[in-house]
Amino acid sequence: MKEIVLVKYGEMVLKGLNKKSFEDMLTKNIKRRLKSLGQFRITSAQSTTYITPLDDDIDLEEVVDRVGKIFGIAALCRACVCEKDFWDITAKSLEYLDEVLSNAKTFKVNAKRSDKAFPMKSPEICTELGGILLEKFPNLTVDVKNPEVTVTVEIRDTNAYVHAENIKGAGGLPVGSSGKAMLLLSGGIDSPVAGYMMAKRGVHIAAIHYVSPPYTSDRAQMKVEQLCEKLTDYCGGIAFYCVPFTELQEAIKDNCPEEFFTIIMRRLMMEIAQRIAAKDNCLALVTGESVGQVASQTMAAIACTDAVCRIPVFRPLVGMDKTEIIDIARKIDTFETSTLPYEDCCTVFTPRHPKVRPVLADVEKAQNAFDFEPLIQKAVENTEMKTFTYSK
Amino acid sequence: MIYLDNAATTKPCPEAVRAVVDAVTENFGNPSSLHRAGLNAQLAVDRARKIIAASIGADSGEIYFTSGATESNNLALRGAMGAYGRRKNRIIISSVEHAAVDETVSALEKQGFEAVRISPRADGLLYAEDFLNACNEKTCIISMMLVNNETGHILPVGETFKAVKKRFPEIITHCDCVQGYMKIPVNVRALNADMISLSGHKVHAVKGAGALYIKKGVRVTPIVTGGHQEKGIRSGTESVPLITAFGAAVEKYNPTVSGRYEKVSTLKRHLLERLSEVDGVTVNSPENGSPYVVNISAGRRSEIMLHFMEQKEIYISSGSACSKGQQSGVLRQFGVKPKNADSALRISMTSETTAEELDIFVETLREGIGKIRN
Repeated sequence: MKEIVLVKYGEMVLKGLNKKSFEDMLTKNIKRRLKSLGQFRITSAQSTTYITPLDDDIDLEEVVDRVGKIFGIAALCRACVCEKDFWDITAKSLEYLDEVLSNAKTFKVNAKRSDKAFPMKSPEICTELGGILLEKFPNLTVDVKNPEVTVTVEIRDTNAYVHAENIKGAGGLPVGSSGKAMLLLSGGIDSPVAGYMMAKRGVHIAAIHYVSPPYTSDRAQMKVEQLCEKLTDYCGGIAFYCVPFTELQEAIKDNCPEEFFTIIMRRLMMEIAQRIAAKDNCLALVTGESVGQVASQTMAAIACTDAVCRIPVFRPLVGMDKTEIIDIARKIDTFETSTLPYEDCCTVFTPRHPKVRPVLADVEKAQNAFDFEPLIQKAVENTEMKTFTYSK
Repeated sequence: MIYLDNAATTKPCPEAVRAVVDAVTENFGNPSSLHRAGLNAQLAVDRARKIIAASIGADSGEIYFTSGATESNNLALRGAMGAYGRRKNRIIISSVEHAAVDETVSALEKQGFEAVRISPRADGLLYAEDFLNACNEKTCIISMMLVNNETGHILPVGETFKAVKKRFPEIITHCDCVQGYMKIPVNVRALNADMISLSGHKVHAVKGAGALYIKKGVRVTPIVTGGHQEKGIRSGTESVPLITAFGAAVEKYNPTVSGRYEKVSTLKRHLLERLSEVDGVTVNSPENGSPYVVNISAGRRSEIMLHFMEQKEIYISSGSACSKGQQSGVLRQFGVKPKNADSALRISMTSETTAEELDIFVETLREGIGKIRN
């Protein structure tokens, strides 16, 4: 019995003439995730991608797990391949669904006939197959409204497919279909989630991180690299930029009023990020800020930070509560890493009483007391890049 | 590289390395096997057992190998409570023990045993009298470390255990000797100890082997069960490479305990003298503590100073390495002010440490104090 994985598109089915390019992107992403599992044939037709394993010993469970994390997919399922012949469909259904039907109490049959040349109409398939299954599994009764198991028969171009599961996909758009953006990745809980959210909208993520040795440690940087690696499950390859930030932070400490430390630091981070973004063809910056979470994330503070930005800054978590963010962090398995107790540069020289409602003119005046430009240039020049690829 | 974190771990000596190589290439048999390959492995382990037993004045039948001192401490405490805890439910420890003892006792508390933790008095010292006053007929075990891993304080173990044994001969006495072993004399009779925990990697052997001395007649319930190795007290195939390395290191260092003590005492005096020239440095270690550990506060957050030193390839510790940056409750127990505990640094030496290395450390410390913004 041959088993394949059927992948149903998400909102990209709504695309018009450029649908093909979304499809190609999705196929490429699927191929990359499955490469290490063996040989597959991946084909698309009628807003569905068919993943056909070519080797005998491929772990389809793992395939479903990996594909379930790829953006652009609404739903997926393992399915049994049948001849387009009712008796073959019946015979294979009995065998393929034996375990799941033996353990269920209620079921229904659902048929989709996209090949209208098939001699039976959908309702006929449902009644006939339903009747046979009822006979074979005395434990079953039919429940069309809320069945435990829905047996789906799909009659398509070349084959028919039977399956009894429908797994929710990751949703969104294929990564890469919306261009590239630079994620400011601190190592906390929020920024990896922000990266995940943008990747879901098809954005290819690059990441930038600031290190301030000796105020921050190698372990803090390793933690962020670990987060990058985890994000590749969803985001695919990530270019990771590591900016040496010590001198800038010391300069802020030495030359600026304490209440503005954090806000000026963030403005400098944004400045450096957009310069590196330009070099890497990123069209926007992404941060994990959420309004009002901390002093530097009040609307007034965000306005002061944004004043230095020449490209859009996306903040996908802007309206979310911490608990909602944590839920996603747990789902994408970044929470545990994010909460390792290593100091990141954001908490170095934290002011005791930061300005909650900073006024842009005051911040600019404070920042202009020192010429940061040479240090910014130096930091950009000495930034190191590492690439993280999907490595499973 | 200047390595001044020898209380965390030490560099294995060549003799220990050779023992490992021999046991993983030639003598790789299982000590429990009946054939000659097994016998040869058993003989190597027994030789190590003899060396270690002799080094603390014990009989080789009283040494049980474990995976390290954490396991030894667990075996001592849980094992004794398992054997005697039904009638006697009190455990007495000092409030400055290593987590391997303190956390184990906390776990035993959750099982319903009663724990008493004796703190240093206002002068920062622990007194035998305070331990003795906590003992009663219901006391099962008293456990004290010989040398504190963060400050080098030497606890009055021998004096306390002697007094305890005099009034309550039934109470089991256990001493965690990890930071004292091969540095100051450790002797089962002088300490009046029924059980002693030892670690290999703190004495220039290899991580993964430790030992527990259990005086003949003292019963402990095993915490690891299985194939009855180590007379059933600690099942699991003996790690011949790590155990023989432990033996080789002890064989090398045991004859020179007092000579090295003198040498390191001189180094400590030198270090303190140089440190006294640096503004803003306070010493948290006692004058008469183990010279191998010197704890100071330098007014800059420990972790930042540690990473500053690391940039210059000088390796020291903030608090103890096991707590990875957690603020030390032990320093507070010894009366160190919160501000100083935040900036505490531990310099721990071996006899191979040189005065020049200490000079470079002090210079770098001075540089760090100047450069690091608080």
